Amino acid sequence: MKLIVGIVKPFKVDDVKEAVKDLGVQGLTVSEVQGFGRQRGHTEVYRGAEYTIDFVPKVRVEVLVDDGDADRVVQKLVETARTGKIGDGKVWVVPVENVVRIRTGESGPDAL
Amino acid sequence: MLELAVGAPKINTGDTAWVLVSAALVMFMTPGLALFYGGMVRVKNVLSMLMNNFFCLGLVSIIWAVLTYSLAFSGDNKWIGNLDFFGLKDAANVFPTGLESLTIPPFAFMAFQLMFAIITPALITGAIADRMRFAAWAGFVLLWSILVYAPIAHWVFSPSGWLFQRGALDFAGGTVVHINAGIAALAAILVLGKRKGWPGQVMTPHALPFTLIGAGILWFGWFGFNAGSALAGNKIAAQALINTHMAAAAALVAWLVVERFTSGHATTLGAASGLVAGLVAITPCAGFVGGMAPIYIGLIAGAVCALAVGLKFKLGYDDSYDVVGVHLVGGLVGSLLLGFFADSSINPVVTDEGVFLGGGWSLFGEQVIAVVATLVWSFVVTLVIMFVLKAVLPKGIRVSEDDEETGLDLTQHSETGYALERV
Repeated sequence: MKLIVGIVKPFKVDDVKEAVKDLGVQGLTVSEVQGFGRQRGHTEVYRGAEYTIDFVPKVRVEVLVDDGDADRVVQKLVETARTGKIGDGKVWVVPVENVVRIRTGESGPDAL
Repeated sequence: MLELAVGAPKINTGDTAWVLVSAALVMFMTPGLALFYGGMVRVKNVLSMLMNNFFCLGLVSIIWAVLTYSLAFSGDNKWIGNLDFFGLKDAANVFPTGLESLTIPPFAFMAFQLMFAIITPALITGAIADRMRFAAWAGFVLLWSILVYAPIAHWVFSPSGWLFQRGALDFAGGTVVHINAGIAALAAILVLGKRKGWPGQVMTPHALPFTLIGAGILWFGWFGFNAGSALAGNKIAAQALINTHMAAAAALVAWLVVERFTSGHATTLGAASGLVAGLVAITPCAGFVGGMAPIYIGLIAGAVCALAVGLKFKLGYDDSYDVVGVHLVGGLVGSLLLGFFADSSINPVVTDEGVFLGGGWSLFGEQVIAVVATLVWSFVVTLVIMFVLKAVLPKGIRVSEDDEETGLDLTQHSETGYALERV
């Protein structure tokens, strides 16, 4: 089992969600985060003084998948989230030791 | 000047209705002020700012009823009133000395003035923000209302007062409210000290929409503050209303223009601050000037105050939300410009015309005296009050460094402003 983590631009979240649903993925988790990579923040002015705000709002998308599905899902995520401009984000894959469904107690791939 | 009250005063329903409404308008300005500053603070201190303002509505009202209305408006002593109206005794039926010919009931006058007494200390909240213990602020409001506000109100607003009798003009409180609160704010922060991390650390406003809502409420309420000070529903009140509006409008534009040139951007905070600066400056002038004067006064106030807010960085005092730059400086601009623009054809109370109207410098001279008297008394006594509180309160006047980091909402009030993540 794998955990696919993607950091994407906030306005891309709906597209990403629809795309992974089309692949048969049952669920995902999103959280609002801040960060920066090569995309720089912005400046604001307060009483004439300029301030640099380094962080940029992003959304973190997390999906648990079977080993065999990981590549497809990563590819779909990347295609959907891409705009071609700096700040598109990154996707990475993390191995997962175990998953348990809380309601039933099922574990392993049955819990995905 | 002796006033003979001939028979019972004639109460005019129109005058009374307008003054009662004005009292309500000015009352609304204190919550408006709370939002104005509240939007400028960081998230962790928003409740503390709102609380400091709302608390004035509570405590000052009680002190007014018990003591300070009497100290401000009774008797014929030039320096301070007596206890004739202590605990509201006779206050509903007896006019303050010298105001026997008012066409509104005594309580209408008392109510209207009460709202001024409330908002004046509330102005200081913007300077002492983010680092003052609430208990210390409560003690400050109590002492300051009695020792600073009441005397100065008596000097300027009461016909017995020495500045009133000298002929200094202050239509709605440029000295009593704005210069007073402005210089007191400076005294207070000199004792309180700078916020930890100021000026290097970023402390940007957390909710400028609040600030703009607050500014809008202030503009609205100020119609009561200034036009209500005519104490009648008459031509002077109408002039005061127009003057108030025009000054706000002109100052808003002027601040934006200055800001655009000095920092490259016209900001919403600049617009909000500019309009307030105009309203402050027109306050002493509101029922005494006419024609294009309010626009000139507004343009000057907006521009001067826009530049004045930078002084705190040059001189190193942490006036958190620019009470000094807007209220002290704006009040000074208005009170002194009145010496230039006062017009007897607008208001017969003006006996010495302003310089631009052909009068000499005598009104300007009286304005200077009134301004200096206010500055000196307010600054010195406020300093004393702050030192006394610092010495007498077991935990002092300032929160601990840790509490300042955590934020006042949690440490002073055990509350969170926006519990948005909780379900």
